[in-house]
Amino acid sequence: MLEIKNLHVNVEGKEILKGIDLAVKAGEVHAIMGPNGSGKSTLTQVLAGNPAYEVTQGDIRYAGQNLLEMAPEKRAREGIFLAFQYPVEIPGVSNAYFLKAALNEVRTYRGLEEMDAVEFLDLLKEKMKMVEMDSSFISRPVNEGFSGGEKKRNEILQMAVLEPKLAVLDETDSGLDIDALKIVAEGVNKLRKPDRASIVVTHYQRLLNYIIPDFVHVLVDGRIVQSGGKELALRLEEKGYDYWVAKPEAQSTRVK
Amino acid sequence: MVQVSSSKAGFSRKEDYLSAFESFEKRNAKNPLWMDETRKAAMKRFARFGFPTMREENWRYTNVRPIEETPFQFFSDSPKTLLPSALETFDLGQKKGYQLVFINGLYHPKLSRPADSKGGLYVRNLESVLTSNPKFVEPYLARLAHYDQDSFTALNTAFIREGAFIYLPEGEILDQPIHILFVSVSNPNNMISQPRTLIVAGKDSKATVIESYVSSEDICYFTNAVTEISLAEGSSLDHLKIQRESTRAFHVGTAYVREDSGSTFTSFSFAVGSLLGRNNLNVALDGKGAECELNGLYLAAGSQHIDNNTLIDHPKPCGTSHQVYKGILAGRATGIFSGKIFVHQDSQKTDAHQVNKNLLLSKEAQMTTKPHLEILADDVKCTHGAAVGQLDEEAIFYLKTRGISQEAAAKLLSYGFANEVINDIQIEGVRDELNRLVSEWLEKPAYWGAVS
Repeated sequence: MLEIKNLHVNVEGKEILKGIDLAVKAGEVHAIMGPNGSGKSTLTQVLAGNPAYEVTQGDIRYAGQNLLEMAPEKRAREGIFLAFQYPVEIPGVSNAYFLKAALNEVRTYRGLEEMDAVEFLDLLKEKMKMVEMDSSFISRPVNEGFSGGEKKRNEILQMAVLEPKLAVLDETDSGLDIDALKIVAEGVNKLRKPDRASIVVTHYQRLLNYIIPDFVHVLVDGRIVQSGGKELALRLEEKGYDYWVAKPEAQSTRVK
Repeated sequence: MVQVSSSKAGFSRKEDYLSAFESFEKRNAKNPLWMDETRKAAMKRFARFGFPTMREENWRYTNVRPIEETPFQFFSDSPKTLLPSALETFDLGQKKGYQLVFINGLYHPKLSRPADSKGGLYVRNLESVLTSNPKFVEPYLARLAHYDQDSFTALNTAFIREGAFIYLPEGEILDQPIHILFVSVSNPNNMISQPRTLIVAGKDSKATVIESYVSSEDICYFTNAVTEISLAEGSSLDHLKIQRESTRAFHVGTAYVREDSGSTFTSFSFAVGSLLGRNNLNVALDGKGAECELNGLYLAAGSQHIDNNTLIDHPKPCGTSHQVYKGILAGRATGIFSGKIFVHQDSQKTDAHQVNKNLLLSKEAQMTTKPHLEILADDVKCTHGAAVGQLDEEAIFYLKTRGISQEAAAKLLSYGFANEVINDIQIEGVRDELNRLVSEWLEKPAYWGAVS
């Protein structure tokens, strides 16, 4: 589904990603862990197509297409979804208005009929129940005045409505209490289907108690320094990142 | 920077106004003496000073020469009419309340729903009250509008005749908004209309008044409107001004509001029309604890010029004024916001906040914003702020990652920007209609040519 090869990325002239290789197949959940500043968020922003991030080398193929040539909105319509670490506030635009616009853009692209207001509201209410969001959030402006946890839940709500093929979660767990964490995890687990995949970026292991990954990758200083199964996350919990930060090349292996 | 533009140096049509006034006076021979005197004094003022120039501080950013140089016809040859269905376009969903309709400045009784004056409530053509019961309006008319200080007010005052007279007796509470529509339709010559609106709210009365200035035709004309609003103790008035003139028209609208103690004035000014538009709003919180909330939204594109000039005067203590004006400019449009808040020395415990925010959708659009606080009292809470900016790139990217295109994202953000201020409107029908108008305005493809 997704194949990243030798990806180098600059942000404001500074190299942040220094040669990433990663392959994600349909049905898989990959966790990417790493210390602050290792390039985790950069990777997610590049996947979503943020123009502020400059790809200097390498390529990314998604569902057989050259992802780097696709505009961000096309990536979204093709099924990529990024849950932002810092969701953006959209003053004056209600959650429902925004999500309906998004869903209908995606549906139109996929050759489906646009949803009318009534149908959409039913769908929205159902999904809100799932992420345990109060119905007052239907008419509140997108993310404006939301608490940190509410913003993260709102990202999961959007994901649940848009039903992406490849969900990328950027530290969606940070700042969440255990109940909210479970809701986020459930949102991801519900999307776990043979034709879909997820990349879960996290700093801590605890989210992975609820979303059991098929693969775990350790990202340090712009490189994946180790890849393994779910047990790797537990080892990280014990040893911390210092082990890799001290000698980043030592453990370098790549997953196929 | 002072720009030199003198009416004396170039071509002026002041003579047209003077001779029109002469023939106008003959028509109104039966009017009471005080009215005649007021008209004459106002015309004298106009004759002496003419149209304002850009050398005047209040007109530094707006050049009214295009108005001055255009010949206008002062009086309709024959009354024009409109199909009720054509009026529906502008009714803002208000089908039941009192309504006064003026076409090219002339009252149209068939399309109007006036209030008979039984029980003391007046919603009528000013002209008919001036003729039948002039004593009733004498204490109010031309008392707040300072024609000695402003040329456009002087000109309007000189030609006072048609317009709306609304009188709410003590304790009167109206559920339905009163809608006054000034419609402009095509005429062989460019018309000038100078409607006058007088609203007198008695003690503890409460009402909503909508003034609409509209045209559905692509025509040139000039509306020079003056509104006077007098709010007695404890009264509450919700006032909406909807300016949807033709984009070839000139519009100068000036409102003077005086609030007595404990009264509340809420105003919303929406402007999307006119080639050259100027909105003057002067509010005096002339009683202890008076409150006002002034909101505004202006949308301009092409080569439109829209100028909002507000003055909030706090001569008495414990007054509250909150102001939010927002603008979206596209194409080569120019916008001006000049807002002054004046707090007198004895006006302690004044609470005044003013914000002006502007969104520029093109590189060529220009906004000049001049918030201005002058505070002589020492125990006050006053803030002001102004911003001019482009669409938030981060927000655009966020919307794109949800499948929304660049253009749709830009429209959505602009819509949200406008919606924030529209949402404060209490009347649902008006709120919906204005949101629809904003969406419609944002759909015009020419605005988005420069966005990438």
